[in-house]
Amino acid sequence: MSGHSTYTPKTGIERWLDARLPIIRVMHDAGVSYPTPKNLNYLWTFGGILTFMLVAQIITGIVLVMHYTPHTTLAFDSVEHIMRDVNYGWLIRYFHANGASMFFIAVYVHMFRGLYYGSYKSPREVLWILGVVIFLLMMATGFMGYVLPWGQMSFWGATVITNLFSAFPIVGEPIVTWLWGGYSVDNPTLNRFFSLHYLLPFMLAAVVFLHIWALHVVGQNNPDGVEVKNYDKDTVPFTPYATSKDALGMVVFILFYGYFAFYMPNFLGHADNYIPANPMSTPAHIVPEWYYLPFYAILRSIPDKLMGVIAMFAAIIVLFFLPWLDTSRVKSTRYRPTYKIFFWTLVVVCFLLGYCGSQATDKAVLTLGDRKILDISGFGLILTIYYFAHFLIVLPLLGLFEKPDPEPASIADAVLSRQGHGAPAGAAHAPETRG
Amino acid sequence: MFRSVTINRIAAVALAAGLVAGIASSASAAGGDTEKPTRQSWSWTGPFGSFDRAQLQRGFKVYKEVCANCHSMRLVAMRTLADKGGPEFSVDQVKALAATYTVKDGPNDKGEMFERPGRPADRFPAPFPNDEAAKAALGGAPPDLSLIAKARTYERGVLLSLVDVITQYQEQGPDYITALLTGYSDPPQGVKVGDGLNYNKFFPGNQLSMAQPLNEGQVDYTDGTPTTVEQYAKDVTAFLMWTAEPKLEDRKRIGAFFMLLMIVLALSTYFTKKRIWSDVVH
Repeated sequence: MSGHSTYTPKTGIERWLDARLPIIRVMHDAGVSYPTPKNLNYLWTFGGILTFMLVAQIITGIVLVMHYTPHTTLAFDSVEHIMRDVNYGWLIRYFHANGASMFFIAVYVHMFRGLYYGSYKSPREVLWILGVVIFLLMMATGFMGYVLPWGQMSFWGATVITNLFSAFPIVGEPIVTWLWGGYSVDNPTLNRFFSLHYLLPFMLAAVVFLHIWALHVVGQNNPDGVEVKNYDKDTVPFTPYATSKDALGMVVFILFYGYFAFYMPNFLGHADNYIPANPMSTPAHIVPEWYYLPFYAILRSIPDKLMGVIAMFAAIIVLFFLPWLDTSRVKSTRYRPTYKIFFWTLVVVCFLLGYCGSQATDKAVLTLGDRKILDISGFGLILTIYYFAHFLIVLPLLGLFEKPDPEPASIADAVLSRQGHGAPAGAAHAPETRG
Repeated sequence: MFRSVTINRIAAVALAAGLVAGIASSASAAGGDTEKPTRQSWSWTGPFGSFDRAQLQRGFKVYKEVCANCHSMRLVAMRTLADKGGPEFSVDQVKALAATYTVKDGPNDKGEMFERPGRPADRFPAPFPNDEAAKAALGGAPPDLSLIAKARTYERGVLLSLVDVITQYQEQGPDYITALLTGYSDPPQGVKVGDGLNYNKFFPGNQLSMAQPLNEGQVDYTDGTPTTVEQYAKDVTAFLMWTAEPKLEDRKRIGAFFMLLMIVLALSTYFTKKRIWSDVVH
């Protein structure tokens, strides 16, 4: 995709700048003439939506920092000061707090889209790996951000999550003390979380830059999963085509975002976080934010603490190896009938894991009369085993045994056959393998 | 072959049904002996809801004459009682109210702390200097009420929560507070209430230190509103919702404008996109 540039400087100053720093050329090639497959659907607008969310979080976050005080005795009250006394402070804070959830909703859609259309396969392995790095950074940033208001769930969430590291033998306890900056979650912990919560989004932005760079080198995948063969027939220029489609996706997403921020601003949070942190009183249920629930379920479903921690991290680490675990050459699930079943099963399993993460571990899931056959932790264990089996057993074997449907010869062919048109006169590729 | 497929299907359906039934039944059983609050109708619900000024003013009266004897309200400045979107007392009323309090200030130029009459800019002075003093006097520290309407909730379960997103039901806190204030009764047969505790069917665990705070006729209403426990409870809950979310009316008003703007933008973007893509088979 890179290599040829269609940019021609029109004015004298553009020619002057182009010879010294070809920044306009780079922007033109990346944002205007960049060829995008013409068959992209609306799931491909989530990349743009995510970029928007990152920028929105950084801007609202910077404004919040102007009024927030990172100290255990002042943090809670300073957030309420923002909500009550700062002009439109409530608006900015609700947008920032709900923005975190929206960011995760968008990233999960983006990731499952990648899983469905095989966007991690050659030549997009590095693009995918950078995406997983972004996901990890988002998780860390979101967790530290939730600690900052210093409510009950902030404090106890921080306590539970940092305590996980104590599961490691010998080094565990020193690591926890080091993370806390003391012997309990206290002011040093809050201060470092604040510092890192401000730093990580900028690291995130840097990795997003690499992610987009890698994308522009290999080009976008597409719903048919066949690579671009003929730029004229298979692609359209990014502007105005992808730009207008992305804009529509983004506005609709902002509507969704606004619905929560304006009308259900506390739905995605916890009531307990409106109680100031109290180290002497533990909430009845300590639950992380909804976007960590599937991983929290994996953690809790394994009886051994250390194994639970390892499994939780492994659940994300396994994604790094996905490009090599999936042995099928066929990218799009459209042409993988068996994988389609496994894909949707995985989606259901992830939702059920999320459900398990939100419930008390000893709660009954399946009862026969008065007998409890399966509780949440048992159910979570089954789901955890399936989750790992999907990546470690199903994907490697499926590629070897599955008989994929014939793929279209090109994007143009796929589009035309779906539209019910015959191949146009002089079409380079006849769809002879279809049928 | 046919038989095994049928059996598998039956097993799958049974498993799915059992799962759903299990989830549903355990969701309803989660509360144990604690009863679920009843849904009240509030003036501020939904996308266009707003507070009922008269109700907020009555609720403030109940708060001041009853709750404030034990509970603090440390995040709320008295000046906000005159703000738009709140009880909207007049500025003079708020000044007069503030002056009834004595506030510790200082140090003065001699380095001494001194007492002065309250000003509207002051937050509500607390009834006890600290939690320990409250514990010594009452046997327990009453929670601060500034955010109580957002800091309390009751379990709705996964399925109902999804419905709540559509119906915008988010008054779990207020419904719980009203239920709690009206939920005192003698304990059922066989239930032993601990020393210094009171029975309430809505409180998690059913026993709390706060005795029934509201009694019929306790607070005078000048506008002819019935002076029942239930009416007091609803009025003071409304007031507590306002103290927890003083910008609620701003939020809903700006929200409506924002949504309208975005819908117009979405439509124009949709038609623009359609026009741009009209020459491409895709």
